[in-house]
Amino acid sequence: MKKGRLFNKGFLKKKITAVIFFAVVVVLCIIFFSPFLIMLTTAFKTNKDAFTLPVQLLPRKLVFQNFPKAIQTIPYWKYMGNTVFITLFSVLGQLIVTPMVAYSLAKIKWRGSKIISGLLLATMMIPFTVTMIPLYRIYSKLHLTNTYVPLILPNFFGKAFYIIVVRQFFAGVPNSIMEASRIDGANELQRYVFIALPLCRPALVTVGIYAFLDAWSDYLAPLIYISNPSKLTLSLGLQQFLSQYTVDWSLLMAASLIFVIPVIVFFLFFQRYFVQGIATSGLKA
Amino acid sequence: MQKILLSNSARNTRNGFLFALPWIIGFICLSIYPLAASFYYGFTEFNPVTAPKWVGLANYTAVLNDKLVYKSLMNTLFMAFVSTPVNLLVALLLATVVTRKFRQRGFVRTIFFLPCIIPTIAATMVWIWMFDASYGYINNVLGWFGIHGPAWLMDMRYTKPALLLMGSWSTGTAMLVCMAALEEVPISYYESAEIDGVGPLSRFFHITLPSIAHVLVYQAILNFINAFQYFQQVYIITNASTGAGAGAGYASGGPGNSILMYPLYIFHNAFSFLKMGRASAMAWLLFIVVSLLTMVMIKVTKRATQNAGVE
Repeated sequence: MKKGRLFNKGFLKKKITAVIFFAVVVVLCIIFFSPFLIMLTTAFKTNKDAFTLPVQLLPRKLVFQNFPKAIQTIPYWKYMGNTVFITLFSVLGQLIVTPMVAYSLAKIKWRGSKIISGLLLATMMIPFTVTMIPLYRIYSKLHLTNTYVPLILPNFFGKAFYIIVVRQFFAGVPNSIMEASRIDGANELQRYVFIALPLCRPALVTVGIYAFLDAWSDYLAPLIYISNPSKLTLSLGLQQFLSQYTVDWSLLMAASLIFVIPVIVFFLFFQRYFVQGIATSGLKA
Repeated sequence: MQKILLSNSARNTRNGFLFALPWIIGFICLSIYPLAASFYYGFTEFNPVTAPKWVGLANYTAVLNDKLVYKSLMNTLFMAFVSTPVNLLVALLLATVVTRKFRQRGFVRTIFFLPCIIPTIAATMVWIWMFDASYGYINNVLGWFGIHGPAWLMDMRYTKPALLLMGSWSTGTAMLVCMAALEEVPISYYESAEIDGVGPLSRFFHITLPSIAHVLVYQAILNFINAFQYFQQVYIITNASTGAGAGAGYASGGPGNSILMYPLYIFHNAFSFLKMGRASAMAWLLFIVVSLLTMVMIKVTKRATQNAGVE
């Protein structure tokens, strides 16, 4: 009898904490999701609907014209094409160089690897504003502003953060495997291409996703280097909606939505690698 | 035998160097050279078309006499010292939620993380719209509770809270790192504490916090460094409120220059006023301040984590 009551009390307490926890989660989810919701619903409103009081979340009348209109207001497909072009080559560059450097630091025993690992971390602390002006000067002297070279080329030199993520991954590859192939007569390049690279495929996917997101949403580099209107990227193109006196928010939100959707789809596809990459790199660095 | 070993290590050095070569070239061209050049440019005067002309310390005296330099530095320091704890607290809260095992956990984690991958330009646009004084959603939600919301981005008292709000929306990366750390705390610690009758609050302060302190410190330093590079959001916001054409000769820093961040002011000096020498001097001052503060922070937090008995 007594035992039964105790059980009930504990059960009730558990139930109450569960309900409170559930409520907190729901509220947090609403807060974190609301900007997406607002982008989505505003994109389907008429501009008049967006500016009515009291504000209503859902459009009074679903309109689809915002999307074709947004695409005509700025040369949307042109900008999208430029963005895709830059993104593809940036990802390619990072995927070629990052594992090479990471392999050198994790799996080849040489004196320089320690120095380079230290410098790698140090470069993450250099503010972009310090290097911005000299870099701009170099590219402008070489007549490379208004081309995509300044946006793509740096990706072929590797980026500290990506290298650290992949190095961590290589470090987990057992040395015995590398040794065995050394005895079998494989040289360094063969060991890298045929053994190490295939093993680190998940890390490469992670780097690919990061590089994709970075290039897709890059804003500062195109802002500095690109002024020719036909060569702008989407992130700069969106800004053009703001340069008018009154902003048509439903158009802007429609344009933003088309810009954001590839990113979200990409993310949902590769979510697993993302979580893995961030969690491991954040813990050990 | 000896000969073979020696040539082995020589070969390793050559191979290692060759594999790392792309990064080494990049390091020299994209980090070392620009750092040195920027230092030199700090003592010169030039614009995008003229050649640098030596002016000695003129840039530095001009910078030190510029009131907006101090204003923007204070704004940046505010962001560094306030956004770091705010972001960490939010990340920790979210991480605690998603560490609990429940069925929709993966979904909830996705919702929390999603803001991190949204291109800054798109995210900032939505937030500008949400902050709108009368048509924005934030003030309308506040209205349900009888609160008359401020004109966020138009009111110099509320621009920084608005930036903090935007920032804590995208703490997903820190959340994931905290989550991974929380999951590594042995459950046996909690179980034995529970048996000893230790309350949840004291469990948090005596078990959870010390166990994940090293991760929190690492995130804090990252956030701190990032705060000194805070640029895109304020550039977009200030451009939106003044119109993109207002660039030449005018540094837009929001109402009362309340969100004129130091990097933004450097950018305006370089690309709006075309004073590239002065901008370089400002950039080098920033570099020195960031390096010093980061070093102090690493030292202090190292001692703190050691005192807490971690590692």
